[in-house]
Amino acid sequence: MRHMPWLGLLLLTLATSAIAAADKMIPMPPDHTYATLKPGAGVEVTRQQCIACHSTDYIVMQPRGNAKQWDGVVTKMIKVFGAPVNDQDAKTIVEYLATQYGN
Amino acid sequence: MSDLSRRDAVKTIARFGALLAAGGVVGPGTSALAQDDPVLAGRPLVRYPEKTDLILLTSRPPQLETPMKYFDRAITPNEAFFVRYHVFPIPLEVDLATWRLRVTGRVDRSLELSLDDLKTKFPRAAVTAVNQCSGNSRGRFSPRVLGGQWGDGAMGNAEWVGARLKDILTAAGVRQGAVQATFDGLDKPAFPSVPDFVKSLDIARIMDDQDILVAYQMNGAPLPMLNGYPARLIVPGWYATYWVKNLSEIEVIDNVFEKFWMRPGYRIPDTACGCVAPGTAPARTVPISRMTVRSFVASPGPGTRVPAGRPVTLKGIAFDGGYGIQEVQVSTDGGAVWRRADLGADLGRYSFREWSTTWTPSRPGPARVLVRAFNRIGESQGREALWNPAGYLRNVIEHLDLQVG
Repeated sequence: MRHMPWLGLLLLTLATSAIAAADKMIPMPPDHTYATLKPGAGVEVTRQQCIACHSTDYIVMQPRGNAKQWDGVVTKMIKVFGAPVNDQDAKTIVEYLATQYGN
Repeated sequence: MSDLSRRDAVKTIARFGALLAAGGVVGPGTSALAQDDPVLAGRPLVRYPEKTDLILLTSRPPQLETPMKYFDRAITPNEAFFVRYHVFPIPLEVDLATWRLRVTGRVDRSLELSLDDLKTKFPRAAVTAVNQCSGNSRGRFSPRVLGGQWGDGAMGNAEWVGARLKDILTAAGVRQGAVQATFDGLDKPAFPSVPDFVKSLDIARIMDDQDILVAYQMNGAPLPMLNGYPARLIVPGWYATYWVKNLSEIEVIDNVFEKFWMRPGYRIPDTACGCVAPGTAPARTVPISRMTVRSFVASPGPGTRVPAGRPVTLKGIAFDGGYGIQEVQVSTDGGAVWRRADLGADLGRYSFREWSTTWTPSRPGPARVLVRAFNRIGESQGREALWNPAGYLRNVIEHLDLQVG
């Protein structure tokens, strides 16, 4: 705090504005880094497409599976959850997951 | 804004400030978990707003589980209570001046209830009840199944205070022909194509059960945001999927609601056990509902070294889907002999029931304690885990491994 004289003012400002806006307000912590996707072909497409709706721990924690499992998961995200992922990207994601998180 | 809620807001902001000053909202990457447990291994402890250190399952939408050490007592502290959201973004702020619980659909009078209305226009009702995720312990299924890979901490027990749902619906006047009510919260998906989290209950069930509440108080305090502030549905005996958080909309409808989170989501095999042969698909499914019997040893912690020849106190909790716990038994010889444990205070048939017993290990070496419970209609737990493709209803006999000597 000694080196950050502005912090007190910032907190005061936050507190004042928040009281006017909400009875309860919490910050949303950033995605934790423990579940970073493994490197590999297609990792960037997979990351970008998936994190629009959820953190990557949703992927990393799943049981390992073959291309059929991952195709089922990706298809569910698109058909059931309406994820706006095109066919080419879907194929890339399935290949990445089956390779890096395959059994 | 009332003085009381203004003070709450100030306190919340003060806490936020303290977290900022401490250098971040998520705690340091501590991972002080039982590394012997393959389901929990590698998962960090994190500290979310209004929460203590909980085991991270997912960051966004957040899913946090309660460490087993909190289940040595009947009431789970609010700050340790598990968190499970379905869609992102989640609600991060509530302004009570504008928040309303709307009751619409096949009713004589649509209602728009403020939090004060809930507190003053309806009799105050209380129930102590277990809130357990349908998929609690899913990570232990074999063969493994897709979904949130929970350990055993997606459960908690609290005293809930609120207005009875039946009183609210009676005030609105349920019309002839009404079949179900649907429940929606403030959490809304990022894309309109993503199914909103909406659940339903039968009108007949609601009007017949005075313990179904719209709760605005949890263990004597306002609900934490991540547990449903300012109000959530309480459906004692049934899995947490029905306990809609940050509740904002009740609609009375004249049909059976079958959108995603009721069908195909949250369904179990339509068989007596709710199970099928491992690895197979059920022919028919029904919505999940009542919880199965479970019991856990919470203390001492897993892997603890205890001396031979000296008594050690074993403690934990047991619960079921609303009949109440009749008996808890412990075995220290692999299940040949079962001894009755002492039960703690009875906080009602929907609550965790504390149990404890002492055991004097005789020989040094690894030891395993088994625990099982019976409810008041004789339901219990099996030696072999039952299986279903969604990883629900787990109630196999649990164990604790210790080191003697």
